[in-house]
Amino acid sequence: MSDEKQREPPPPTGELNRRTFFAKIGLGSLGIAAAGTAGFAYQFLSPNVLYEPSPIVNMGKPEAFAMDSVTMDSDSAIYVVHTAEGFFALSEICTHLGCMTVWNQELGIIKCPCHGSQFTQDGVVIAGPAPKPLPWFKTWVSDEGDLMVDRSTTIQPMEFLRV
Amino acid sequence: MPGKADKILEQVERSRVWRSIFRSGQGSSPLHRALAIQQNVFLHLFSTKVRKRMLGFSATWYLGALTLGTFLILIITGVLLMLYYHPSVPQAYADMKDLQFVVSSGLFLRNLHRWSAQVMVFLVFAHMFRVFYRGAYRPPREFNWVVGIVLLLITLLLSYTGYLLPWDQLAYWAITVGSNLSKAVPLVGDKIHFLLLGGNEVNANALLRFYVLHCLILPLAALLFIAVHFWRIRKDGGLYVHQSDPKTVAASKEAAPVKEEK
Repeated sequence: MSDEKQREPPPPTGELNRRTFFAKIGLGSLGIAAAGTAGFAYQFLSPNVLYEPSPIVNMGKPEAFAMDSVTMDSDSAIYVVHTAEGFFALSEICTHLGCMTVWNQELGIIKCPCHGSQFTQDGVVIAGPAPKPLPWFKTWVSDEGDLMVDRSTTIQPMEFLRV
Repeated sequence: MPGKADKILEQVERSRVWRSIFRSGQGSSPLHRALAIQQNVFLHLFSTKVRKRMLGFSATWYLGALTLGTFLILIITGVLLMLYYHPSVPQAYADMKDLQFVVSSGLFLRNLHRWSAQVMVFLVFAHMFRVFYRGAYRPPREFNWVVGIVLLLITLLLSYTGYLLPWDQLAYWAITVGSNLSKAVPLVGDKIHFLLLGGNEVNANALLRFYVLHCLILPLAALLFIAVHFWRIRKDGGLYVHQSDPKTVAASKEAAPVKEEK
């Protein structure tokens, strides 16, 4: 029996013959299986628990930070700035490509060693390729009187913490 | 005693075991020689017949073959380095230092791996420039050019993932900067960054992911595409003949355009 003889007559418009019906069922199930596999792969590749340092850091007593000072804490990658208007915590991570910036006391600016971005102590970009200002992190004073910073929550600039 | 050695060789070639493995049979007729290529699982990727001139240095400068050579060196040295390297945060840097100062020939193998990687990237680009300026990417070879682009990307990703494994300051910041580039992808950039590193920062998960990519997934992908790349040379009519070369033009006028059998 040749393939030619088995071929069914073309279906009337709007109707399926058996072959196209099963082809569609088959392709449809393959599509569903592929989508399921993609979802499974995405979930598997996203870790549910991260063994990374806590985003909330305790910076110690606010009195330890002198007036008009910028304190660089490289472990937590934040600057604690104390000005006449109050305290604020600034990210030390350059908004360009994630390098660690450095506070330059003589020039009074923050500099990135990787690609030359420069920021004021408020985080405003003054030079270089950085597309955004350094973000301000949420700060508060704990019940024990310690200055706390949440690195996972950014706030609007110029929201100072008064102690 | 060449006579005796030849006799032994002939006996081996006539033995049942030999003939069960190599089916092209004895003899050096053109048919036998063609069969030797065609019936070998590795060699059958290539054309059974090649113009002698195409095997000369000036035809290709051997850039593709040399690239394959560096890739094979990288596989051999890489597998050996894997025997002393643990992809974990406390051990990776120390293992790399041990390879340099404690393991016998470790420094040689590590340097060979590193330099071959640099040379391979250079050769890939040289090969591509050669193909481009000679016009060898034109139909019917345009798909093989695309396969070549994929191989370029795999080469660069292999370089990039290997960069993290020494786990020193250069590695850490290079991968921090490089992975941050992926954040620039619209809409899904942050997700790609998270999946690539297995976290929000370059850490133990990132080291392990890059290790698996570097030692398993990317080399396998490279081998697959290299096989397709070579096979397509035959399918697309053999190595490219530069048409403006007067000798070639004369030769192609003599013999009608050479069509490879499928």
